[in-house]
Amino acid sequence: MQVTLTWLDYLILLTYTAFVIGIGFALKKYMRSTSDFLTSGRSIPTWVTGLAFISANLGALELVGMAASGAKYGIITAHFYWVGAIPAMVFLAVFMMPFYYGSKARSVPEYLKMRFDERVRALNSISFAVMTVFASGISMNALAKLLNLLLGWNYHASLWICSAVVLLYVLKGGLTSAIYTEVLQFFMIVLGFAPVVYLGLKDVGGYARLTDLLKGVATNPSSLNLRPEGIHYGANAWTSAWHTLLAGPANNPMGVDWFAMIFGLGFVLSFGYWCTNFLVVQRAMAARNMTAARNTPLVAAVPKMLFPALVILPGMIAVALMTIPSKGYRIPAPILDNAVYARATAVVASSAALPPDEAFKDVSAAVGKRMDPVKVAELVKDYAAAPMPADTFRDRLWNSVAEYDYDGVILSLVKRYCPPGLLGLALTGLLASFMSGMAGNVTAFNTVWTYDLYQAYLAPNRSDEHYMKMARGVTLVGILLSIACAYFAALYNNAMDIIQLVFAFVNAPLFATFLLGMFWKRTTGTGAFIGLLAGTFTSGVVHAITISQGNAPGMKGGYITIFHTFPSEMAQNFWLAIYAFIVCFGLTVGISLSTRRTKTDQELTGLVYSLTPKIKAEGVPLYERPAVIGTVLILACVALNLIFW
Amino acid sequence: MGLDIRWPIGLMFSLVGLLMTVYGFLTRADEQMYHRSLGININLVWGVVLLVFGACMLFLANRGKAKPPAAGGG
Repeated sequence: MQVTLTWLDYLILLTYTAFVIGIGFALKKYMRSTSDFLTSGRSIPTWVTGLAFISANLGALELVGMAASGAKYGIITAHFYWVGAIPAMVFLAVFMMPFYYGSKARSVPEYLKMRFDERVRALNSISFAVMTVFASGISMNALAKLLNLLLGWNYHASLWICSAVVLLYVLKGGLTSAIYTEVLQFFMIVLGFAPVVYLGLKDVGGYARLTDLLKGVATNPSSLNLRPEGIHYGANAWTSAWHTLLAGPANNPMGVDWFAMIFGLGFVLSFGYWCTNFLVVQRAMAARNMTAARNTPLVAAVPKMLFPALVILPGMIAVALMTIPSKGYRIPAPILDNAVYARATAVVASSAALPPDEAFKDVSAAVGKRMDPVKVAELVKDYAAAPMPADTFRDRLWNSVAEYDYDGVILSLVKRYCPPGLLGLALTGLLASFMSGMAGNVTAFNTVWTYDLYQAYLAPNRSDEHYMKMARGVTLVGILLSIACAYFAALYNNAMDIIQLVFAFVNAPLFATFLLGMFWKRTTGTGAFIGLLAGTFTSGVVHAITISQGNAPGMKGGYITIFHTFPSEMAQNFWLAIYAFIVCFGLTVGISLSTRRTKTDQELTGLVYSLTPKIKAEGVPLYERPAVIGTVLILACVALNLIFW
Repeated sequence: MGLDIRWPIGLMFSLVGLLMTVYGFLTRADEQMYHRSLGININLVWGVVLLVFGACMLFLANRGKAKPPAAGGG
């Protein structure tokens, strides 16, 4: 189950670590003020902020999770990129960056204060600060567990060492160092995983063969235990992005209708994330001038558009490999506890005399998972026939589990294809994706804390040196809080799910507020504030009265009553966001019309579309104009959708 | 800001590429080890790719130094 690293793998890992820390130290001498430390003094070239923009988003959980979805749902997962990212990134670049960058706001909450009032800023900055800490804690916990499982590394050691590295380079070089290392990490992730994907695709026999194999899977997914008995999809369910979506929620692996996909994911959730989340917007705000700032999300959109080949394809390869028995591959089973093994050993030992179907029932009950009857029968027989080493028994029992831990897909492929050397490179890629996500969270957190909470409410009018000390101090605090959250997540997984759910409620209506704020001067602070709260409340209520198929009422919704059953959790999430958006939008408009404006046209210049002079593009060559690049990108994105229609 | 990020990226990938290339060259006879990577000496192949990538970065960084400020296009 585990792999061992050789000296070369460690050497590659160490080289990478030395370089990211080195970047922090090299930048130390440029950190003279809070503006250098927290906003990079707005001095970074476009290609750097662009790659950092995408790298901060590409955390370890994305890498692991997208491969998992690729296996579970196939190409339809690419909608998270082609529908759920590119249009929003282009919109941010062309329409919204002028206000973020032009207003001289240092953070997204600060923009909200300029546009509305302190209430909206406080609401946004507090929820954002708490959310970043939890997000980084959750991903740290996941990573430390993964490393423990795969390499046998000590959970606590991986947690603390990774955090220490991130702390060191962020503390030394601030946002600049986070952005610079994110660029290095971007290349590390791409160059670390590309050969694995290549080898996997070659092993399957090329892309054409992959689609052939997946067609067989789609018509009968239960043959691989991918779905319960009796579920059949069209032949192209895993290999087409739109045919299968348009066939309706019952006929696509994701269980989502096209409206929820386009409006819920493609508009509400996607624009809500890409256009308002300070984690990514901060990278664009660090660019050296307005054109560079606007082009940042556009530079980022190019790799984003192509990422499905790197992150979704491995999941599809994994499923295709399973259809070829001679490859001897399976997606790993969920991890079993030691207690389960102990219990199962006793049951297997005692059930040799029982008839096979009873023995199977007993073993399944002992393990508590769906099991493969043939493998269990063989195991029982072999165990009775000759003494079996404990390790062999554990491996065979684990392999008899007929359920999958889809999150294990990417690492199982790394283990399968990487000899020493490449293994070190791929693992470094994984660690790099984790560190880039964490550094992104930490640098966004320390900026929002220092500017939007500390300077705004706790200690205004102090010297810049004072805030600089605070910024460094809170970087340390942010990392310690993330570590605490990681431990909390390890202990109380359910509590973590609830927290994430609450954040989903908070984020769902956000884009309505920004959209109205930026494009309608009549929007008032009171309207925005109450609209936001009501939107969050709506998604909470809708969640409480709906559920998705196959879930019991409780954490997954429906705990008050069940008005409606969605075909899948994904559909439920998308629809929650849609309702939250509509309520927030409607209430903000209604309340704004019935309250008096508190900001004059003059105060809103540079903050609202109709009151801001249009940017003249004459000085900029055609190929550097955001509107031109944006149009090209949208066309490219449409082309990709058509190719994989 | 001060440091051109292409220097560290170029240096790091050249170094890692060199490590993998040399290791791949030394282990070229080890069929069992490369059985995993479908019989391809992936360390040698990918090591060279990383070396070329690193060298390109260094070349661009060097050109940028000669002609500041570095063009920041997409």
